Amino acid sequence: MNTPVMTTGTDDCEALRDQLWAAVTDRDEHAAAGVVLAALDAGTDAETVLLDVIAPVQAKVGTEWAANRLTVAQEHAASAIAERVIAALARHPSTRRVPRPGRITVACVDKEWHVLPARLLAEVLTLRGWGVDFLGAQVPTPHLIAHLHTSGAETVALSSSLCTRLPTAHAAITACQAVGVPVLAGGAAFGPDGRYARLLGANAWAPDARTAVRLLADGIPAPDLAIGRTQVDDLPHLADQEYTYVARSQGQLVREVLTQLEQRFPAMNAYTSQQREHTAEDIAHIVDHLAVGLYTDDDDLLPTFLDWTAGILTARSVPARSILPVLDVLAAELQDFPRSVRLLDHARLALDATLASAGHNSGAPA
Amino acid sequence: MAPPKESSTTIIHEQPASGAWVAAPYPVVVADGSGTVVEVNAAAAFLMDGVVPGAGMTDVAPSWLAEAHADAVVGGAVPRSPGEAGVLPSVRGHIGDHSFEAHPSWGRDGQVVWWLVDDTGQRLAEAALSTERERATFLAEASNVLMASLNTERCMLATARLAARYLADAAVVVAPASGRTMPVAHAVAGQEATRALVADDPSLVPGLSEALQGFPPVPSRWIDPVTLPGWMLPEGFTGPIGSVAVTPLPGHGVPAGALILLRSNGRAEFSESEELFARQFAARAGAALSAARLYAEQSDITRTLMRDLLPPDLHRVNGVEFAGGYQPAGAREPVGGDFYDVHPGGTESEPSLVVLGDVCGKGLDAAVLTGKIRNTVQALTPMADDHQKMLRLLNGALLNSHHTRFATLVLASVLRTESQVRLRLTSAGHPAPLVVRNDGRVEEAATHGTLVGALPHVEARSVEVHLQPGETCLLYTDGVTEARGGPLGNELFGEERLARALSGCAGLPGAAVVERIQMLASQWLRDGRHDDMALVAITAPRTTHLSAVNGHTRGRYTA
Repeated sequence: MNTPVMTTGTDDCEALRDQLWAAVTDRDEHAAAGVVLAALDAGTDAETVLLDVIAPVQAKVGTEWAANRLTVAQEHAASAIAERVIAALARHPSTRRVPRPGRITVACVDKEWHVLPARLLAEVLTLRGWGVDFLGAQVPTPHLIAHLHTSGAETVALSSSLCTRLPTAHAAITACQAVGVPVLAGGAAFGPDGRYARLLGANAWAPDARTAVRLLADGIPAPDLAIGRTQVDDLPHLADQEYTYVARSQGQLVREVLTQLEQRFPAMNAYTSQQREHTAEDIAHIVDHLAVGLYTDDDDLLPTFLDWTAGILTARSVPARSILPVLDVLAAELQDFPRSVRLLDHARLALDATLASAGHNSGAPA
Repeated sequence: MAPPKESSTTIIHEQPASGAWVAAPYPVVVADGSGTVVEVNAAAAFLMDGVVPGAGMTDVAPSWLAEAHADAVVGGAVPRSPGEAGVLPSVRGHIGDHSFEAHPSWGRDGQVVWWLVDDTGQRLAEAALSTERERATFLAEASNVLMASLNTERCMLATARLAARYLADAAVVVAPASGRTMPVAHAVAGQEATRALVADDPSLVPGLSEALQGFPPVPSRWIDPVTLPGWMLPEGFTGPIGSVAVTPLPGHGVPAGALILLRSNGRAEFSESEELFARQFAARAGAALSAARLYAEQSDITRTLMRDLLPPDLHRVNGVEFAGGYQPAGAREPVGGDFYDVHPGGTESEPSLVVLGDVCGKGLDAAVLTGKIRNTVQALTPMADDHQKMLRLLNGALLNSHHTRFATLVLASVLRTESQVRLRLTSAGHPAPLVVRNDGRVEEAATHGTLVGALPHVEARSVEVHLQPGETCLLYTDGVTEARGGPLGNELFGEERLARALSGCAGLPGAAVVERIQMLASQWLRDGRHDDMALVAITAPRTTHLSAVNGHTRGRYTA
């Protein structure tokens, strides 16, 4: 790197983060750009600004939203501001760099809207002189493959934040590998330890942008095409078709759960159509995560999501134990599907434990 | 009687009739414990000169047989009495050009009877079979690798790597020149292939230009290694070159390139069957490379033709924020039947013209018509102050074209005055734009009119709308409201949900409004199919940058 590197102490970064946080929550784009550009003027290295200032602030936006201290609108405004601040940073004279050989394609999985982690990686790679094709959010797999045929990228960095996108991510990973291009997976969807990246056969996984850059610089070996691997080789448990069934009958399952909840809890009859739709959406999310649990055959996936949901509900003063009857109805509906029953039982136990430790009354719904 | 082939155990009878094997069609040699030949039959005498009773095995028999005999009499367990079985291992070796299996068995007095079976034909068949198996496996692997990519560079590298591994010690793939340089891929067996661009005259290498032209078909050519130019030697290839073959890669009517195989000195030259095999490989590699080349040419053409059909990137124009979002219906084509454009006003006091519309149909056919409409609208921008007139002219142009499709669209003339943005909106059969006020109210602009391209006369009613700082006017196509899905799977997203979602976007930057609506519609759809969806947000900026010292420090703002 030829950018002047100044050691920026953690205190400096913390001050910058605070200023940026204030500007972002104030929805003040100019102030936000001002914070970042002033830091660059003062000699702070652009990579540090991207990864130690902008990225943590953006992560804080997510946690603050979960804690109900930011509105959805503020969250979207923050992303829009981060986008523009990054664009302004890329134009700053201190970010000029020496090109190096090598081309990387950075893309988000189809229907993945959380573009910022991928964007940050693309910017850091650009700063390090790589040729980068940034395809942005929600890239349909056929577009990604068409791009690989024409661009000749040596590696695809594939980002996904939502674990419900894992089946789509799997399709994208195997498609890239089928044309001979290795895949580096990154983002929260692949698990804090990268377990889903390994499960889906990604060639590499990185927990953060710096690790990703290092792995890419070391070189990720291309997949061996001679063997002729297929998608189902990775996940033999899919042969029982449970995932296919649950994913396909999603709407039907949601309707059934909703009907039974209404019979059990007469109070629901007084719901407005909007409240009813919110409830349906919450149920749909649980079914989505059950489906991905079946896809990955992972016992922890659904409990992790329910744990997070319980936190969200509690922050919004909704009793988290309202999830329990949903699990019960689903378990009854899917009683002929052994893996679904196993995952739901597991989730139920884990949620009981969470609620008990949080001091809630577990067990029978009110 | 044929001698036992598989078993090396023979039961010895009381009185071995030495006469019985004398007439056997297989060569038989009997030698005693001291290594002296005792008896031979006619077949053995015919096969091996000098093998006669009384001669020493080490002197007259092939060394492998003499050694096996010595091992047998020294180490073998001599049966104590005739009739007791003794086990001796059989051996293999050559006599002249033929291969033999020698099966020993115990004779009288510690003598060993050697039965020789000619297995030359079997050995050759086995060798041929294993070579063919290897080649079939290699060709299957090569097909897996070569068919995987439609990228010419990756195909060239794979071809070079495979050829170096199986066919030669090093391989070079030369593609037909593009411009002044020829793309070249080098590979040495066991190493990664590398690519380079070479600016050299291919006719300097005998046979190369012909192979690169792809026509007429030429056979592989053997060339003198000293005529090789330096660029042809792969890095990491050491030692003198023994043989060089130039093989054309046959393409589908397009030249695919040439494969040059290099073998180092000391390794055998290419046999006829190896040459045939190299040609089989070249046929596969050529097919893959020409498919990749065709794909590259086609996608170049598509990209060029599609460039003007893609939705433009929107940004701030004359103090007004514009943001657009587009999702085509098909995952394969990046274009569809929805379109939008912002034509900036010539000066800050002239309104910019925004057009967003939807051609009946989707996919490429619809996209081509959007291109025509967009061009026509652009040509009509000088009369942008009269929406009715624009629509009349556009309607006439569409009616006179050979397309039978019609379109709906919205025109918006946008002018910034002070901190406000003034809009004149006209809908021609299109969903009315929605305005998000700062307090979260969502208003539908009261404009309506007939669609264009269907009826001889068009009518439309325009409406004026003012945006305060932070407020947004959203133009959208019905792909958004007609998105089908939701938690129950089969509901329309609908205008009500759109309005409710917009109400939550009060005060957001235009880009965030577009992103939020796109995200909600996409989540609503889940994995379902959808129509094209297009959105344009026109936003009065919340704060106005009045002065900035160096362009990026904080200046003064008006709200």
